[in-house]
Amino acid sequence: MSRIILINLVRFISLVFLQVFLLKNISLYSLSTPYLYILFILLLPFETPNVLLFFLSFILGLTIDAFYDTPGLHAASCVVLALVRVLFISVTVQKDGFDNEPEPTLSIMGFRWFFTYALILTLAHHFFLFNLEVFRFDELEYTLTRFLFSSIFTVFLMLVSGLIFFRRKERK
Amino acid sequence: MRNLLIFITKYNAFFLFLIFEIASLIIYIQYNSFQRASVINSTNQVTGNFYDRADELKGYLSLREVNDKLARENAQLRNQLKASLYLDTVAKHQVDDTVYRQQYEYIDAKVINNSINKRNNYLTIDRGSTNGIEKGMGVMSADGVVGKIVFVGKHMSIVQSLLHKDSRFSAMLASSKEIGYLNWGEQLDPHTGLLVDVSNNARPKIGELVVTSDLSLFPAGIPLGKVKSLHAKGGGFFLNMEVNLSVDFSKLQYVYVVINKFAKEQAGLEAQERKDE
Repeated sequence: MSRIILINLVRFISLVFLQVFLLKNISLYSLSTPYLYILFILLLPFETPNVLLFFLSFILGLTIDAFYDTPGLHAASCVVLALVRVLFISVTVQKDGFDNEPEPTLSIMGFRWFFTYALILTLAHHFFLFNLEVFRFDELEYTLTRFLFSSIFTVFLMLVSGLIFFRRKERK
Repeated sequence: MRNLLIFITKYNAFFLFLIFEIASLIIYIQYNSFQRASVINSTNQVTGNFYDRADELKGYLSLREVNDKLARENAQLRNQLKASLYLDTVAKHQVDDTVYRQQYEYIDAKVINNSINKRNNYLTIDRGSTNGIEKGMGVMSADGVVGKIVFVGKHMSIVQSLLHKDSRFSAMLASSKEIGYLNWGEQLDPHTGLLVDVSNNARPKIGELVVTSDLSLFPAGIPLGKVKSLHAKGGGFFLNMEVNLSVDFSKLQYVYVVINKFAKEQAGLEAQERKDE
């Protein structure tokens, strides 16, 4: 149990740092900006209680906000993300099918499941994020373009990181 | 009531979502109206600190480039320094006094040797006959009178400092125009001179300015010092007084040689007058 807490703590810090110091400066044609930090919420164990899940999402969002100078924006998006995650997992995963505290990682759940999972959650998060950021419908087309390309970029980075930390032993 | 609780626990995710979503939206909207009043921004101590560190690291990575740039700039500036050039023209500063039709020229010079603690002190300057310097010309600094040229070499000259037994400069009290002579006196203090032979009619005050008179090598009004104390030496018809010299001889670096274009004419006329007597 303490091992899981430690892993998640390290993941939290490293993802925030990666986001703030590296990915924040990356922008492809000012259309596509990746928000990889949500990977932290995606990779929380299935057993995480809902209270903790929402709380952690909120905290993660606020942390990112503190660096992006947008208090509340990422927090709101992350809370939406947490809700979508709860719904998605309750629909697709049977809770009694695992023996010991599995995590929704690429190596455990397989590529197909993880890809759908990442794609849907990222789309939800980014859609909410970009529209809340702009906060009007004037530039809807531009906003949607940014949302789409950013989502592709983020999902791509998620898959890459999943493959980097791929552990073959755990695959059954 | 019980049913309500069951309902809430069954759909706890949704209610949690509501709570946190509303909280974050409140933060977001508050931020929009009070721009940077919120605590959570980059001026916040913690995030500011992180940004500082990251910036420091970035600065460190580009040190080599910055060093190269600075070195290049240094070399460029050094080339422009006066010290690295040989000056073969001397800038002469001219003062045209149209009322009296008199002309003074100034040549700037650098003090390359100096002494203040002997009975007779001399300075060496880096200008000589090639620069138009002749024996007998006055030497002054920005602060006041320094001395008189006594030997002229090709590239250097010796200046008899005011701190010399034989130095005598015609001086006057600035306000009353009473004329006297300034010499070093006998105390050998490099900051004090002696103003002698001032008429008894003068009413000098302590702190009054002493300047060069019209009779000196210099244009009238170059400061010499300030009256420090009155002391009637030997009584008689004249007043003597101690003067705080305005020039700090221990710190002299740059001086001006004063060329009085009419000095020769004046000397010639005076010599003739003496002969006639």
